[in-house]
Amino acid sequence: MKIRHHLSDKLLMAYSAGALPEAFSLVVATHISLCDECRARLASYDAVGGAVLEDTPDVAMSSGSLAATMKLIRERAAADVGPSPRAPEPTALGMTETVLPAPVREYVGGDIDAVRWRPLGGGVRQAILPTAKDARVRLLHIPAGVAVPDHGHRGTELTQVLRGAFRDEHDRFGPGDIEIATEDTHHTPVAEPGEDCICLAATDAPLRFNALLPRIAQPFFRI
Amino acid sequence: MAQDADKDVQEMVAQILAVRDRRDEAAFAALFVHFAPRVKGFLMRSGASEALAEDCAQDVMATVWNKAHLFDPSRASVATWIFTIARNRRIDAIRKARRPEPEDLDWGPEPEPDQAEVMALQQDSARLVDALEKLPEKQRRLIERAYYGDLTHSEIAEETGLPLGTIKSRIRLALEKLRHAMS
Ligand SMILES: [Zn+2]
Repeated sequence: MKIRHHLSDKLLMAYSAGALPEAFSLVVATHISLCDECRARLASYDAVGGAVLEDTPDVAMSSGSLAATMKLIRERAAADVGPSPRAPEPTALGMTETVLPAPVREYVGGDIDAVRWRPLGGGVRQAILPTAKDARVRLLHIPAGVAVPDHGHRGTELTQVLRGAFRDEHDRFGPGDIEIATEDTHHTPVAEPGEDCICLAATDAPLRFNALLPRIAQPFFRI
Repeated sequence: MAQDADKDVQEMVAQILAVRDRRDEAAFAALFVHFAPRVKGFLMRSGASEALAEDCAQDVMATVWNKAHLFDPSRASVATWIFTIARNRRIDAIRKARRPEPEDLDWGPEPEPDQAEVMALQQDSARLVDALEKLPEKQRRLIERAYYGDLTHSEIAEETGLPLGTIKSRIRLALEKLRHAMS
């Protein structure tokens, strides 16, 4: 997978610092799952976090805190409440390739077959994933050759391509690519002919799809 | 640059590996003395009360013990690794939010990491601490505030002025070698 569009430094640092809404974190974690370059860049930002921690002034622990921690460790060992070993990834077992990277599968509760799609019109389908409400994230399935529903960029919007590709006036976004759009981005993305496009898209502005549904007759897709 | 800092990071690596491989309580105690008060300070700066920060710092250090097998000295310094645990605890306990994590790379059967690589990465990390300390006050404060969770993502600046180039390429090199070994 040749990835041409990567995460910005700003997003990587915010993810490393733990400052992103859950919906954005999911998109960032998904991109990193697919992109070794951004994985390495994230490791650098985590190293900045390590440097900040190293430089943080001490606050004395209570007396007996080490003993209390050792007790906690023993209790955990006894109860064995540590996370159970994860099931091996299907791909690691040489089984069929999954469409959804692991972080998305966790929210869907399975791979692409487990997604509960809702029609948006024009053959486009979406599935909103359950996250904290400070930002929203959804899977979009756009048939080959169809335009991505226009929803206005009122905040920041991240669109991570999982399968297929879309194009706008400026560029092409293929599997693994992420588009980072701001309020000023005006474009008309269209899924490329040939293969349906599956994306993970997050926005920190309210979704307007639902409000538009009753007025579906009005030009909804800018084709 | 301080050779002391190099020596310190190497020593911490030796301590965590002693915890990992031998369940060495004395080595753990040394890490605890160094890191627990910093983690507590970190969490208090992130808005936790002293009592909550104390509890969470103990919890973070217990996780260091329990997950020591996941520590890889060719990928992170001890401080970096503990930072990620403390950050996740903050998101979980203080922000009450969930943090999606990237898919784990399949690292395959643990190859013994190359000592020169480990040394280089650890030294880079020590140099980063140095670089952070030498940044202009205002810039350093902004970076600290970001990592204390005091800035929203839109307040975080694109340019940090931190020299991340070497450390980044070192980690990328390790990733490439690994991929090569796996293919
Ligand atoms: Zn990338």
